[in-house]
Amino acid sequence: MTVNLFDTQGTPLDQQKFTLRELSPPPISKLDDDAFTRVRIILMNGIEQQANRFQHLCAQMNEALREPLARIRRVEHHQQTVVNWLLSGDHSPIETTIAYEQVAIEVTAAIAQQEPDDYLAQVYRYGLLEDFDHMYRYSALLDRVEGKDANNILQSYTDVIPGRPTSDEHRHPHDDLRDHYDRATAQPVSKLNALTIMSGEYQTRDYYMNIGPTFADPVARNLYAEIASIEEQHVTQYGSIIDPNETMLEKWMLYEANEAYNYYSCMEAETNPRVKAIWERFLDYELGHLALVMDLFKQHERRDPAEILPQALPDPIAYESQREFVRETLKREIDLRAAGTAFVDKAEESGDSLQYREHLNSEGSPSDAVAAGYMWQPGTELGNDAVRAA
Amino acid sequence: MEKSTEMGMNRTGIAMSPIHSKAMISGSQQLTPVERPDGQAVKLMERQFIENAGKVGSVPVPGTLSGALKTAMEKMTGRNPEALLNKMGERLAFERSGVRLYESMIRKCEAVATLQGAAPLPLDELQHIRSEELEHFRLLKTCMTDMGADPTAQTPDADVSGVAASGAMKVIADPRTSVAQCLEALLMVELADNAAWELLIALSEQMGMDSMADDFRQALKQEETHVRRVRDWYEQAVMADAGRENAARH
Repeated sequence: MTVNLFDTQGTPLDQQKFTLRELSPPPISKLDDDAFTRVRIILMNGIEQQANRFQHLCAQMNEALREPLARIRRVEHHQQTVVNWLLSGDHSPIETTIAYEQVAIEVTAAIAQQEPDDYLAQVYRYGLLEDFDHMYRYSALLDRVEGKDANNILQSYTDVIPGRPTSDEHRHPHDDLRDHYDRATAQPVSKLNALTIMSGEYQTRDYYMNIGPTFADPVARNLYAEIASIEEQHVTQYGSIIDPNETMLEKWMLYEANEAYNYYSCMEAETNPRVKAIWERFLDYELGHLALVMDLFKQHERRDPAEILPQALPDPIAYESQREFVRETLKREIDLRAAGTAFVDKAEESGDSLQYREHLNSEGSPSDAVAAGYMWQPGTELGNDAVRAA
Repeated sequence: MEKSTEMGMNRTGIAMSPIHSKAMISGSQQLTPVERPDGQAVKLMERQFIENAGKVGSVPVPGTLSGALKTAMEKMTGRNPEALLNKMGERLAFERSGVRLYESMIRKCEAVATLQGAAPLPLDELQHIRSEELEHFRLLKTCMTDMGADPTAQTPDADVSGVAASGAMKVIADPRTSVAQCLEALLMVELADNAAWELLIALSEQMGMDSMADDFRQALKQEETHVRRVRDWYEQAVMADAGRENAARH
């Protein structure tokens, strides 16, 4: 299926309505649904959350757009509610965390491969290896604190192996900034990819900031504080690849196009028919938002949206295990580090980052402590004779 | 029972995706540095946190030093009355939450009754247990007020036992859980409740509060009935599920 952005009006905004009952749909099954259904739910929650955040900020800086922003934002908010409420209450916060990291790994790996710009693809691969390590640390936490197997959530799609060590990921803020794409020359899919990954990482940061203090376990509290700090770095990194010279309406149009692109990708891959119907409905809602924002763009900027948007949505994001790509990246790039906006070998890392890290880790590293000697195995490490005897 | 245990597409185990699982296991073995599992780093970190940790909180200072309180305090001279107040506060909170737990259970059974034409458990008995939980809450409220303590305050053990019971509340409130699954959660709550009443009686006696201990003994008697009923219902539910013919197999 091809989605042409200029031939469709989507669902008109005044027909985009919800009842309170609809906002709280029956959740998916943690046990029986495919892990990628949960991956899509979490990503789309992040996409909607970021759309909401962006639109609030716009409204505070643009009087003329306040009214259409408020109307569209209310619908975005309700879409986010429907999507996020698909998660069932039997997920413990650490299990949900495992699912968040699965999103970060599988979606970033898929996007790194479809990204046409070599530098941006490198940015994604760089962040990927860090989230990959978070998965290993949180899996150790889940095993050692709750006695549970992360693979009950991962369903064998995603490896639990160390990546770039989390304790090495702490960097000085200026080593988290990257070169941004050029709004005039970048391909539309590059702009959409950047919004997708930035949105996903932003919600992960917020999720860890919200649930971290709800833990009683001191190591868990400390680990969430540590990884939330890395997620903040990731938001800085992915936020910085977006061209800051785009106009507000240009950005808004891209956000709406990206929401449509993501719902379209989810719809194409979804295996749960009930959830697929939600993706389909919300794709039409987003196309309705996009049509309205295109009109605003023409009206306020006197420009043709075709200067910014592609004729049709790009090929859908692949929702499948990216194991081989991740392992290959791990093998080749685990020792990459950042110096300003450049990626360099470990030996050439910036002195500012080394100092920053040394201080941050100087009273102990929860990510090192929690996973010391940890090797994932089916059914938890308690199946290992050496651990049982300990 | 309204929901039977069935086989289906549970995807959580490695056996559901043998190819992916094989790759995942071999990757973990080959790409994780070989170190003997070591809990020392976590132990050390935890120890530092424990050493520097404060307390959950305190037992509130009595608001008024009434005659009754003076008498109680005199009786408890040389002992630690805060220990008793802490535990009374815990029971009060537990019983109050127990009322809500049974209300939630009753609503679930009523919904099943509407769907299937018959309640899965005797609703009048559930109502009776709920009303006894409410009586126990009120008994503790009166006892604490008589002692000059504030029954609206949350004592440290009330807080902690609430955290411990929070999983049971989640199970019962989930619309997807069966009555049998809820009964297991209720049984955990009732077993803990029984042991806690026994302790409270012993504690009251040790503090010289004999009349109060008598009242608590009456509550324990009722709680013993609750645990028996819940255990019977739970066992019957599981046995009925196990004995049910599975249409899918025939």
